Amino acid sequence: MHLTPRATQRIVFGALTAAMVLVIIPLIFVIGYIVVQGAGAISWEFLSGMPRNGMREGGILPAIVGTLFLTLGTAIFSVPIGIGGGIYLAEYAADTPLTRAIRLSIINLAGVPSVVYGLFGLGLFVLFLQFGTSILAGSLTLGILTLPVIISTSEEAIRSVPQSFRVVNAAVGGTKWQGIRRIVLPQALPGIITGVILGLERAAGETAPILFTVAAFFLPRLPHSIFDQTMALPYHLFVISTQVPSMPVQIQYGTALVLIVFVLSMNLTATLIRRHYRRRRQW
Amino acid sequence: METPAKIELQHVHFAYEDHEVLHDINLRIPPNQIFVLFGPAGSGKSTLLRLLNRLTDFSPEETHLQGKVLLDGQDIFAPDVDVTRLRQRAGMVFAKPVPLPLSIRDNITYGLTLGGRRDRSTLDETVERSLHAAALWDEVKDRLDDPGMALSGGQQQRLCLARTLALQPEVVLLDEPTSGLDPISTLQVEEALFQLRESVTFIVVPHSVQQAARVADRAAFLLMGELVEEGPADVLFTRPKDKRTEDYVTGRFG
Repeated sequence: MHLTPRATQRIVFGALTAAMVLVIIPLIFVIGYIVVQGAGAISWEFLSGMPRNGMREGGILPAIVGTLFLTLGTAIFSVPIGIGGGIYLAEYAADTPLTRAIRLSIINLAGVPSVVYGLFGLGLFVLFLQFGTSILAGSLTLGILTLPVIISTSEEAIRSVPQSFRVVNAAVGGTKWQGIRRIVLPQALPGIITGVILGLERAAGETAPILFTVAAFFLPRLPHSIFDQTMALPYHLFVISTQVPSMPVQIQYGTALVLIVFVLSMNLTATLIRRHYRRRRQW
Repeated sequence: METPAKIELQHVHFAYEDHEVLHDINLRIPPNQIFVLFGPAGSGKSTLLRLLNRLTDFSPEETHLQGKVLLDGQDIFAPDVDVTRLRQRAGMVFAKPVPLPLSIRDNITYGLTLGGRRDRSTLDETVERSLHAAALWDEVKDRLDDPGMALSGGQQQRLCLARTLALQPEVVLLDEPTSGLDPISTLQVEEALFQLRESVTFIVVPHSVQQAARVADRAAFLLMGELVEEGPADVLFTRPKDKRTEDYVTGRFG
């Protein structure tokens, strides 16, 4: 059988569309199901109250605040180091066995299961450095988990800035660092921000790394310092889904809904920032 | 005795990896005129130009230099040379205009602010002077805060010339500065050079022999990395001494 190019195109486009629909349907189904099941639980009290009666009633405020703090703490540790690493790899690192080893480590780090980060954090931060089970230890652990994403997206974004800008910077007497700071980084910023938010988003949703390093099973108050334990949304969800008997389903799905909205709104922010800068970019 | 050379090359050999691009170049470029380096593609013109403000340092390949390159008698490859200062004294305009992703104004002041100049009135003065010098002022004076990249190709190239001139360089290196421009824009760029040659030494790699003959005060003909002939433009383009120069100028090859 011989197909005309036009028919081939139709078939391939059809197949691609089908593939896309197949990917999206489960996503819509999952989110839709959580919204339907959980929307009823959302109320002011649920968002701003303390859990009561063995978490079967009341709100999830400590978990929301804990996740916010952990995300913030993760950002404080991983963003400067991650972007710095990206700058180093893209601009300064020569192609030596050492830098090849660094690159390989970053790629491998990105593939390490998150529970291993949790054990590592327990060993290094909680026990060896004696930070205890604390927001500090959890943030550091999540920070390490986030680093590979931030480093590699930053490096990629910095590399994609045209080389000609760097040459022009040098040609008018700029040092390498001046070129990076004044031309390259501003141009790479949308890509870097996207990477940062994607990395933090992953950290916000992780359970295993915080399991041994920070998360409290039940702690109905807000954390006072970075050496406090705290509840966090993903772990709280795990707890109320598996560890608490006769838990109202609505509260479980309500908690999942809050977590999903939190993560999706970070995602949306990344998209908006990227679109804002893309429109201003001219190359 | 002739005037001291602005730029002098003494027995310069230059190679990328093991591929020698320039063979034993000896050249004296006098100050304050338009000096043209011409020759067929691959003859080493651009490399020679880039050598003069050490943009060759950026080559991803390993480079080898023998001989001396002197600016006002000073070896620019000496270890104690301030390369940043050198590049301000000898500015470069590239074949493809590359405005920085900044406004027209900031493109021009970029080099100055790198050196720490902040004074608004000096900067504004520089913007106006440089844009006048590059024959661009009238076209952009009402939109200095627009992005440099929003300009047309010809305007972008004059913006790049203005950006180089803003640093008040003694030498300006131009690598086929009009290769992407229409004839009118080309003329405007050439006019700008004529206006400035009293105070600046221009070294131009032209995009055609015609342009070489049009703009040159003096010229040098390069072929396969060798300096074939050098002299005043009226001699070189009408009564060249070397047969190869004559063949190239009259269009027998190239």
